[in-house]
Amino acid sequence: MNFYAIRAIYMFEMARTFRTIVQSIVSPVISTCLYFVVFGTAIGSRIQQVEDVPYGTFIVPGLIMLSVLMQSMTNASFGIYFPKFIGTIYELLSAPVSAFELVIAYVGAAATKALMIGLIILATAHLFVPIEILHPVWMLSFLVLTCVSFALFGFIIGIWAKNFEQLNLIPMLIITPLVFLGGSFYSISMLPPLWQKITLFNPVVYLISGFRWSFFGNADVAVAISLSAIAGFMLVCMGIVWWIFKTGYRLKS
Amino acid sequence: MASIVSIRDLRKSYADGGEALKGVSLDIEEGEIIALLGPNGAGKTTLISTICGITYASSGSVSVGGYDITNDYRKTRAMIGLVPQEITLESFQKVKDSLHFSRGLFNKPRDEAIVDQLLKKLSLWDKRDARNMTLSGGMRRRVMIGKALSHQPRILFLDEPTAGVDVELRKDMWDIVSELRKDGVTIILTTHYIEEAEAIADRVGVINGGEMLLIEDKDTLMQRMGAKTMRIDLQQPIDEIPAALVSYDLRLDYGGAALFYTYDTRGERTGITRLLTDLNNTGLGLRDVQTSQSSLEDIFVDLVKG
Repeated sequence: MNFYAIRAIYMFEMARTFRTIVQSIVSPVISTCLYFVVFGTAIGSRIQQVEDVPYGTFIVPGLIMLSVLMQSMTNASFGIYFPKFIGTIYELLSAPVSAFELVIAYVGAAATKALMIGLIILATAHLFVPIEILHPVWMLSFLVLTCVSFALFGFIIGIWAKNFEQLNLIPMLIITPLVFLGGSFYSISMLPPLWQKITLFNPVVYLISGFRWSFFGNADVAVAISLSAIAGFMLVCMGIVWWIFKTGYRLKS
Repeated sequence: MASIVSIRDLRKSYADGGEALKGVSLDIEEGEIIALLGPNGAGKTTLISTICGITYASSGSVSVGGYDITNDYRKTRAMIGLVPQEITLESFQKVKDSLHFSRGLFNKPRDEAIVDQLLKKLSLWDKRDARNMTLSGGMRRRVMIGKALSHQPRILFLDEPTAGVDVELRKDMWDIVSELRKDGVTIILTTHYIEEAEAIADRVGVINGGEMLLIEDKDTLMQRMGAKTMRIDLQQPIDEIPAALVSYDLRLDYGGAALFYTYDTRGERTGITRLLTDLNNTGLGLRDVQTSQSSLEDIFVDLVKG
């Protein structure tokens, strides 16, 4: 195991985070505050309660998920895409580093950053609304699982992308709608019956539902299903990454 | 000496049917400096990239230090330092950090002393805390070399190290190479410049169209290059070389109208004076005398065109 390489890449990626601290950490915090003001206070004051939880508190898990999903994905995709783009990838390919070690380093750094942001948003939200976490260990587990699996997904996007447009394509066109329609700001039970059924095809629903359960104890879908959905997604991503390195897809000619 | 890199029938073809390498075989001995000459697109970079693990070969095998580059990639890559043709650096990284990063990638613990020493050797000491993007082109190339040497490789690949580099840096580069050689590092460099191969290499290989056309000791090549040919045009054609001139190993051509004499310019005596005196004694009339030299460039052009 090449621990020095994992450390070198991980530290490099984290250094990038701290070098661009405003873009990396301050901006997600600000956008969360904006969501709070708009959805929590302005609209939320008319909704009052969802499933016995005040609306402002109800949206906290969804907001955290929203940022964590996007952050873990974009960080990992950018982390591996950039060396490809500027050409420094040659060094990674010619170093005695295994695919597994590369993934640990890049995905680990992206997940760490997303986790940090998730926790910062939780703290920020706490300033606006009272929050009590019913199952803190499960909450952290869901958060970590999500960070890791979506960082893996981002890693795949970063390797697949041939240009900056493609790099942004999937997060913008697929993930953002799925997250917004996945119940970040509402409970599925608030939808008409047909849409409730359709929504169940949205994988993000399971993430947010499970995460919300760890906060309030009630969920749209069973927690076990949520957990297996995330675990399943993570396994699929791992499989794709394994295939990428086995074939050298878009890495080696 | 044992060969440290052994390439056997290496082939690389692309999906569109193009072939970058057409069965290259080469043994590189530990401690030697090999220069690979060849025009653009000859396959030099593909060869290096394959050995270093950046591209896959279609068939054939490469072993480095006795280990296969695919099955034992950790062992082989740990021995190799690579300076690619293109300068690619993380813009925001500091010079010193770039070297530490590379050292880490190659599974070596952080070592300030080694990196500091390298920075000094490469005249980068003053720039150690500068960000890569603030450096001049020449400095960046030095950083690339520093990164490649940061893990103390036994083998160094330099892909066109002096392309687009000013005279001073080129001289520095040659000095660095000769110092590395003293430490026993094996160096494989590709170049367009024949004078570069002449200046620093022990052996010279010529690649074109994915084939190794020639691989020879530089001295042998230089001997070929040092050879000169004198052409003596006669007033009257002759049927055979006169007995008095047989000892000169002359060649008669152009229907007996011209004699060719090959000699070594670097020899103490070229034998020209004696030959001309003896020639005069035979009573043959001379119409013209001309000499020509074959250079590595000629040999190169002949090979590449042939």
